[in-house]
Amino acid sequence: MQLLGIYHYWVFAVLLMIGFYAVVAKVNLVKKLIGLSIFQAAVFLLYITMSKVSGGTAPIFSESAAGQLFSNPLPQVLILTAIVVGISTTALGLGIVVRIKERYGTIEEHEIQEIDRR
Amino acid sequence: MTVLFGIFLLTLVVITALGIVHTKNLFVAVMLLGIFSLLIAANFFLLDAADVALTEAAVGAGISTVLFLGALALTSERERAATPHRWLSLAVVVSATLVVLYATFDKPTFGDPNAPVHQHVGPWYLEKTPEYVDIPNVVTAVLGTFRGYDTLGEVFVVFTAGIGVLFLLSGGGPASPTERRARPAESAIGLRDDLIPRVVARLLVPFILLFGLYVQFHGEYGPGGGFQAGALIAAAFILYALVEGEGRTLEALPRKALMALTVAGALLYGGVGLAGIVLGSEFLDYSVLASNPVKGQQIGIILIELGVGMTVTGVLLSIFHAFAAREQT
Repeated sequence: MQLLGIYHYWVFAVLLMIGFYAVVAKVNLVKKLIGLSIFQAAVFLLYITMSKVSGGTAPIFSESAAGQLFSNPLPQVLILTAIVVGISTTALGLGIVVRIKERYGTIEEHEIQEIDRR
Repeated sequence: MTVLFGIFLLTLVVITALGIVHTKNLFVAVMLLGIFSLLIAANFFLLDAADVALTEAAVGAGISTVLFLGALALTSERERAATPHRWLSLAVVVSATLVVLYATFDKPTFGDPNAPVHQHVGPWYLEKTPEYVDIPNVVTAVLGTFRGYDTLGEVFVVFTAGIGVLFLLSGGGPASPTERRARPAESAIGLRDDLIPRVVARLLVPFILLFGLYVQFHGEYGPGGGFQAGALIAAAFILYALVEGEGRTLEALPRKALMALTVAGALLYGGVGLAGIVLGSEFLDYSVLASNPVKGQQIGIILIELGVGMTVTGVLLSIFHAFAAREQT
């Protein structure tokens, strides 16, 4: 259990930074948004990892779960809504990328900056 | 056994993420992102978050993939430029990773019931839900009533993002509207000629819709609720649009109806909140909606979940249509 816990936190850290790398290093705007999605998923994973109680179960009352430990429902609620908000904001970002492509003819960041400089 | 499975899934997640960042083909990256979301959803399920897993599977693996593909069709499928300043970025990222890894040693032990997270309001919610709301799914209870303000705010964020996409993508495109109408909608026909996807999709769509409605109205008893149901119902219509063409989907559910659905959902949520004030209590206090406060809470939750479901369905489908209707430059 201890090993799995540390591993969860490490996967969170690594995923966070893979997403971060795509955001800072890649010049393609769609790739940046994909990176942002990975970054977001890493944060979701951290929250859900924190909500887990060992020996617990999903926080839904039922006959079979009577007297059992439950995992913390609060982080789950926060992340549930965050996922849907995340897709909406990603869609907004994609909308902006599409408009940039129509205006500049490219979605590579350095080419856009070059056109702007002219 | 669960430990091994967890480690296996997490490793797969990391490998998929590396693949996504590495590939130059954006189409491949988007497909891998769908797989990534599905793996993350399986992880959430192992961590007892059934509601979150359902949402992530419907939104991340389903709708997000379609939206990214729609955007790729309008932009380009390949990443052209090589990465400049690659070593500098790598150095920054690696040092940041080390800092975050160092921080993980201070985190509470995984699954520790005495961790600070579990000392605050979490146990109170678990304890008081049967008394105040009396529904089995604590996640829905917290979402709908204890943290109703948050959820209202999030519904309005989704609503605003939907309006933003419509502003960005409807009208003012490269092809004028008349030109667009004159051109036969070849691309809109979708997969109509492919027998197997078409038959399978036709069989699946009604069941996905039915499951969406089940998730909507069973959210108080099992995993589910408005957010998940909205995503599922939107996914059913998107699948229909992919095989039968966008025009037919718009015949079944026109743009105006989608807008009405979006607005009506947000208004329903706000209206239930205001009803609390009118009936002599506070904003978003549902206990005055019926003579019995617990019954009132339950009615309130059903109504606001319906509002959430309507808004999420409307916004996601509007966004999809906005991308699909845009001509490629």
